[in-house]
Amino acid sequence: MKNRKITFYKISITLFVVFMIAVSCERDLSDDAVPATFSKTGEIYTDGFVSMGSDFYLPFAGSKPDAFSVDEQVGYQSNSSIRIDVPNAVDPTGNYAGAILRVDGAGRDLSGFNALTFWVKASRGVSVDAFGFGQDFLEDKYQVTANNINVGTNWSKVTIPIPDPSKLVEERGAFWYAMGTQGTGGSGYIVWMDDIKYENLATVAQPRPAISNGDDATTSSFIGVNLAVTGLIETFNLASGLEQTITVAPSYFDFTASDSNVASVDSLGNIAVAAAGTSVVTATLAGMDAAGSLTINSRGNFQLPTPPTRNPNNVISVFSDVYTNVPVDYYNGFWLPGSSTGSADFSVNGDNILNYTNFNYVGTQTANPLVDASNMTMVHFDLYIPGPVPNNFDFLISIEDWGPNGVDNGGDDSRQQIFVRRNQVVADSWISVDAPLTLVNRNNIGLIIYENINFSSLRNFYLDNVYYYN
Amino acid sequence: MIHTKLIIRFGLLVAFVMVTLSCDPDDKQQVTTKNNLVWQDEFSVDGALDPLIWGADIGNGDAEGIPGWGNGERQYYTDRPENMVVENGVLKITALKESFQGSDYTSARILTKGKYQKKFGRFEARIKLPWGQGLWPAFWMLGDDNNGEQAWPQIGEIDIMEYRGQEPTVVHGSMHGPGYSGGQAVTKQYDLITDRLDTDFHVYGIEWGPGYVNYYIDDVLYNQITREDVSGDWVFDDNEFYIIMNLAVGGTFVGAPGLHTVYPQTMYIDYVRVYQ
Repeated sequence: MKNRKITFYKISITLFVVFMIAVSCERDLSDDAVPATFSKTGEIYTDGFVSMGSDFYLPFAGSKPDAFSVDEQVGYQSNSSIRIDVPNAVDPTGNYAGAILRVDGAGRDLSGFNALTFWVKASRGVSVDAFGFGQDFLEDKYQVTANNINVGTNWSKVTIPIPDPSKLVEERGAFWYAMGTQGTGGSGYIVWMDDIKYENLATVAQPRPAISNGDDATTSSFIGVNLAVTGLIETFNLASGLEQTITVAPSYFDFTASDSNVASVDSLGNIAVAAAGTSVVTATLAGMDAAGSLTINSRGNFQLPTPPTRNPNNVISVFSDVYTNVPVDYYNGFWLPGSSTGSADFSVNGDNILNYTNFNYVGTQTANPLVDASNMTMVHFDLYIPGPVPNNFDFLISIEDWGPNGVDNGGDDSRQQIFVRRNQVVADSWISVDAPLTLVNRNNIGLIIYENINFSSLRNFYLDNVYYYN
Repeated sequence: MIHTKLIIRFGLLVAFVMVTLSCDPDDKQQVTTKNNLVWQDEFSVDGALDPLIWGADIGNGDAEGIPGWGNGERQYYTDRPENMVVENGVLKITALKESFQGSDYTSARILTKGKYQKKFGRFEARIKLPWGQGLWPAFWMLGDDNNGEQAWPQIGEIDIMEYRGQEPTVVHGSMHGPGYSGGQAVTKQYDLITDRLDTDFHVYGIEWGPGYVNYYIDDVLYNQITREDVSGDWVFDDNEFYIIMNLAVGGTFVGAPGLHTVYPQTMYIDYVRVYQ
């Protein structure tokens, strides 16, 4: 943004000078008032960094900072490449390798290209978590991500299409990657990358943008709810026949809501629900209709749960907007394989609500640090089931203490079960669950698990105000 | 239809052209030499095809005694406008994913059998191809069977253009005859490498004369098959041949249709022309 301002400033001076000349000698103004443009260089690393400046390597927080180096022996049809030493999972200096390569200086005009390409190989066959571009640690406005890229032990070429090159007139986020060891059992490996550059390839074709991952999704909502369009992707067909799907930043899309009075959508895909009714959000990308949609069925006014009034000194809060929450690792661990539960969390007038969708089971982890609830005697949950409550509703909340060793499944865990039965819940209403804490050891609580039991077919519920108290 | 994974690189092509040049008695190898237009369909009238020129095969090959049209194809051919129609000066042969007469896909196959047949000449069509795993479009010719007295492969087959939807940059040209049919056909593939066949129209053609067939795409001559190249009788100097255009779904040449193949898929034909 700073660069843009400087540019405009320069343009103003230029225009002024041009104007003076035009007045004095009647020259045609439009000949000289050409907008400033940025470097059209496409190369990032071709056996050496190209026009990247000096301070371009910016590692992600938590990644091993010295995993990145230049290898002067190995290269694609050369003897130079970027080498990433992905650390072992137990490496205390960082358990993965991830960074952005950001142009140190003015951004580039990449609008003449349609893909980022590079050659890559690894010390073992591996599925690399993410490659991409457009991430600049500023706005990440035009970020693109290609996940789970297969890399073998021989050089192969990766092609990551640009969804709409006309957007990239001043881009600093030239390249980024993230590589972990989830797929290698925690063992580190080496990745070499070479000839990283932007290209204009006639073989990148058949673009198919989508929102909601191409599905026609529906969600129940209420006045005051803020939510976002998700599942922003685009699939291309490459020269090899490979169908390459990428995750695309909202700024590439143009969103439309069918009834803005009910639910409006902004340029970043943020939706605000303002009235009862139905509004369908659709999108285009570079003039193409995106597959998929998000239908918002607004039921009108949302009934917020009764705000907690207990003295904060007597409360350890896991999730609420009234109290300060303890550190929480996650409210949905997306446990695979097994858990189908998604999250569509939203907020109403500043009250954040957890919304679990396609529910079977889900957990909230508080392991860093573990919760010491020794002085607490009760636990509270506010639960809301939108729409009909299934007749076979049967719901279990488990609170798990990880014992003196503090390790999940470390042999000394203990667990308390709290059952919520069909007769305790009412459709479209908040119900409060207050249960005595019966765990003998409750100074190392690491997990709260919510699950359907006895074939309960509950799929969707809201959760708020989860806290221990006395 | 040989499933070799030979990739024709530019160098090979240049080498091939050089060899052809040196062997050519004319000392000059041109992409096309026959330029007298004798037959054409420009598909300039919207609606159904001209029945005086084109017929259509219907069904899944069961009635002809060759289920899956002899190649394990999955589609049921119809002559409905959904599968074959002329619009805006272009013939569209469209493959649909739909349950129809026991098949999971429908498509179309048109042919000039008994309506226009010719021996020798230049046969070309301007086509934009579909894409996706398992799509198998073709522009090809079969020899007249003398009212059923002769059978394939004795009648001869000239495949001017075949293509696998999962290899969007590669065209194949082949010949089948007695002793060199099916997987033993004489064939060659040509990889555009920097361009695709499904994003724009390309011209696919052959020049066919006594003892030879030359294959070209656009302005590139990429193969010549002669009497000396085949391992059986050369059956292309006596019979008239007719033109076939079709879009198959699945089959031995392409494998099963992909889970993510997008439908409908359309083969767009701008024209078919015959020169001599």
